[in-house]
Amino acid sequence: MSPRACSYAGARCRRPDVAPVDSKISVRHLSLFYGEKQALRNISIDMAANQVTALIGPSGCGKSTFLRTLNRMNDIIPKVRIMGEVKLDGQNIYEPNVDVVALRRRIGMVFQRSNPFPKSIFDNVAYGIRVNRLAASRGDLAHRVEQSLRRAALWDEVKDRLRDSALALSGGQQQRLCIARALAVEPDLLLMDEPASALDPIATQRIEELIYELKREYTIVIVTHNMQQAARVSDVTAFFWLGELVEVGRTDTLFTNPREKLTDDYVTGRFG
Amino acid sequence: MEARAPVRGPNDVTPPAVTSLRRRAVNILMFSGTAVCAVATVSALFFILGYLLIQGGSSLSLSFFTNLPAPVGESGGGMANAMIGSAKLLVLAALIGVPLGFMAGLYVSEFASPISAFAVRYATDLLNGVPSIVIGIFAYTIVVLPMKHFSTLAGGIALGIMMVPVTVRGTEEFLRAVPGSLREASLALGAAQWMTIVRVVVPAASRGILTAIMLGLARVAGETAPLLFTALNNRYWSPGWNEPSASLPVMIFTYAIAPYEDWHRQAWAAALVLLGVVLTANVAARLLVRRGAVSTT
Repeated sequence: MSPRACSYAGARCRRPDVAPVDSKISVRHLSLFYGEKQALRNISIDMAANQVTALIGPSGCGKSTFLRTLNRMNDIIPKVRIMGEVKLDGQNIYEPNVDVVALRRRIGMVFQRSNPFPKSIFDNVAYGIRVNRLAASRGDLAHRVEQSLRRAALWDEVKDRLRDSALALSGGQQQRLCIARALAVEPDLLLMDEPASALDPIATQRIEELIYELKREYTIVIVTHNMQQAARVSDVTAFFWLGELVEVGRTDTLFTNPREKLTDDYVTGRFG
Repeated sequence: MEARAPVRGPNDVTPPAVTSLRRRAVNILMFSGTAVCAVATVSALFFILGYLLIQGGSSLSLSFFTNLPAPVGESGGGMANAMIGSAKLLVLAALIGVPLGFMAGLYVSEFASPISAFAVRYATDLLNGVPSIVIGIFAYTIVVLPMKHFSTLAGGIALGIMMVPVTVRGTEEFLRAVPGSLREASLALGAAQWMTIVRVVVPAASRGILTAIMLGLARVAGETAPLLFTALNNRYWSPGWNEPSASLPVMIFTYAIAPYEDWHRQAWAAALVLLGVVLTANVAARLLVRRGAVSTT
């Protein structure tokens, strides 16, 4: 396949090397290898600020791998090679002088399975604030924890038991706690790797409502294998298949009138 | 037997009833064989424990815990100095063995490349297999000879070396059991690797690591051979760390081979105390593990 570079505004497809001015993330010719196996093939995509971009595709298509290139979480896996560039606010995050720890502070991440630390609810949210020394005082710390829990729509449920173990929360609450924990370090980009796939429908709905709320303040990239979810929460959808980015476009267009036959087959449920 | 028509192949010449009998006989034989061995294993512990209780229980008294050994020919006396000596030796062993073993385990689990992890692990296993008497001679050579006298310090170093392998392997295994998702969560929040290890990984594994340390301590608490060349023995108190010191295992050895009936009883009592301490440490360690060696979901 020839290198593709598409943004959701179709006209930009013809000039893949010029990033739109308003794009928060601009990826160019990104390839990733696990040892000899190529997991991402020449991905180019732009993502705008304050929008939700959904990454869809069948299992093993590279969507999670791609998400993890955006905060360099793949760095901790041995034998990974990455080529191409990922620009965040115009800065290529794969340049050698980039401080990965500082980069990850700017980017919040929520994982598929909620992974609260075996600490109290308060300490979970406070962790990132403490590690990055963001709070000026104890009062400030408590204030920031409260703000984060409020933004994650969890405050009212946990305000009376902040000292209890986070592991005592329900699955949906744990996932919102993980979102609160990610928001506490004040990132401007939020990556979500199938955040609701392990949750029941009601908890899923709460997470989706939350995503809708959060996009006013954050740029969000969400991986999901649930196409209805992508259709509900996202502004832009990118369809991955076998490590390639097949198509990216406005979510309503991509689901109703995709350009590619492959996309059409996938979103109408003919495979995957 | 003949209720069901047996399915038989063309080459099957043995009558079914005989096969069935033999099979059942082998079955019973195997079952009883393994069961007897299992019971024997369990009863070994209870036999030792019961025998110690009978032999040593009568000699246990308050003075046994508070008095110095009585001179030969005089009855009574205690082993207070040996108990304090053992405690001091164990403190020293922990001070040497735990930091060394813990940090090495941390290295193997969190930082080492596969090759160096293998090398450290293998060396640790070999060290674990070194006979304790050899470790005693080693400590004798590096501590006792230069200092020109036996000491608590030398004994503590010998026991500390013996604790290292257990601590390394325990630390490594429990750190590895901490799910990668917790490490990722911390790294994604902008925590550096060492911060992640100190604030997330080690606390999550702390209970398991503590257990490994306690088992290591319980193991070296009963070691006799390394102490014969290092701490030696002492009939009196051993203030500080520079003099020869009594310890429970060496005291048991000395008293057991002595020709006096009274000393034999005291040796039994000391053995009972030592076993009690070791068993308590073991049970406490198991309870810790059961409450969750690694605290996760």
